[in-house]
Amino acid sequence: MIKFDNIHKSFGANQVLRGVDLTLERGQSMVIIGGSGTGKSVLIKTVLGLITPDIGKIYVDGQDVTQAKRDNFLSQFGMLFQGGALFDSMPVWQNVAFRLQRGHLKRPKAEAREIAIEKLRRVGLAPDVADRLPAELSGGMQKRVSLARAIAAEPEIIFFDEPTTGLDPIMSRVINELIREIVVEMGVTAMTITHDMTSVQTIADKVAMLHGGVIQWCGTRDDMAHSGDPHVDQFVHGRAKGPIETLC
Amino acid sequence: MSVTIISAIRALGRLVLRALAALGQVVLFAGSTLTHIVRPPFYPREFFSALMNVGYLSLPVVGLTAIFTGAALALQIYSGGSRFNAPEVVPQIVAIGMVRELGPVLVGLMIAARVTSSIAAELATMKVTEQIDALVTLSTAPLKYLVMPRVLAGILAGPILVAVADSIGIFGGFAVATQTLGFNSTTYILNTINFLTGEDIISSLAKGAAFGFIATLMGCYFGLNSGRGAQGVGAATKSSVQAAAVLILTANLLLTAVFFTA
Repeated sequence: MIKFDNIHKSFGANQVLRGVDLTLERGQSMVIIGGSGTGKSVLIKTVLGLITPDIGKIYVDGQDVTQAKRDNFLSQFGMLFQGGALFDSMPVWQNVAFRLQRGHLKRPKAEAREIAIEKLRRVGLAPDVADRLPAELSGGMQKRVSLARAIAAEPEIIFFDEPTTGLDPIMSRVINELIREIVVEMGVTAMTITHDMTSVQTIADKVAMLHGGVIQWCGTRDDMAHSGDPHVDQFVHGRAKGPIETLC
Repeated sequence: MSVTIISAIRALGRLVLRALAALGQVVLFAGSTLTHIVRPPFYPREFFSALMNVGYLSLPVVGLTAIFTGAALALQIYSGGSRFNAPEVVPQIVAIGMVRELGPVLVGLMIAARVTSSIAAELATMKVTEQIDALVTLSTAPLKYLVMPRVLAGILAGPILVAVADSIGIFGGFAVATQTLGFNSTTYILNTINFLTGEDIISSLAKGAAFGFIATLMGCYFGLNSGRGAQGVGAATKSSVQAAAVLILTANLLLTAVFFTA
């Protein structure tokens, strides 16, 4: 279980998170929606220790990760970054097997490569991609490689940061379905950040909307259509007019 | 009038405080890096790759700079020495000039231009594209994986590059002196060897290690602390080279004072 307890975070005068309270049960797939710049990525990064909250605590299975040594809990997480964040200096298979070649998960090189190729197959990529550099791949293929890297060490919790950004609608659908399949198949806890309502429909068990630095609404995917919250309603239907200000 | 003076003093105070804060951060970063050099895990592949980049690939530019500088130095000393009827001091002054000062400083500045900039640009780009965050989520500390191998490579490659620069610089002077100024080659070599002391060579190599450390550390520091976007990468690269060059020249003065005025 992941529990955010009164999370606040500011960057200078910009108060991004103003008291986020949210609970994600084990094995659940939650999607966080919200406008650009509302702090969705910041929220995920606080769990991973990439950003430290100013106030508040984050519990993962009862352990406060804001106080814990990062190395002790990071191995249970996987993360798919918005831009892929693949290491451009190493071939695809080494990207995927990165965690399997270091630390306490270290495997022999041949075994690590074999696992990487198996994970690449799992995300729909042919083994011959393994020796190519990330720069030689299309955006969709890079997302798949990043997904393969996120699942390579078989984590218990996976974060997906804007998994379909920059992809065409068909590739977006493919990635969404792949994420859903992997989440169900591996039985992992998943938290996804997206603006893409197709992603929400495909991936989410539960949906939370972040607005004004707090969780504006939280409910199941089916409840979202009749949430009764004008912010959710405006966002889901993509209306320019409503309580969410569109001026920057 | 007094308001203007107070504003100026305040602005100066802010500038000094900012500079001290930045210096403090660099010192903490350096301290943290040095403690990681002796603590596992170690990444030999990254280290040897960095050693290749900092050391081996810097050899051509260091060699070319040293040979032309040594040759020009011989011509200048011959010309200047002739004014005092002492043109025969060319071998000694070329040797001491290259080994004590020009070799280490030229290597330091060449590393700053070639290596510091490339490290800063590489790490800043990794930061902008979230590769640094990805490293952290893959349970790998950037300080260990990215910084430590590069800085260690700088510390080890610096003295080697300086030794090469000193030798090639002295050879440049030898070539000019024997081919165009009429010096006897055996006498030139003997004068060079007899004049240089162990302290000259040790100071030269120590400077090389210090400058290698500074150059790689500045590249890493500014790269990991870069701003966003292409502008952030550009600013980090520029600042890293400026800081490295200034710190190398400052450290050169301090090390010269330590070695030769005690």
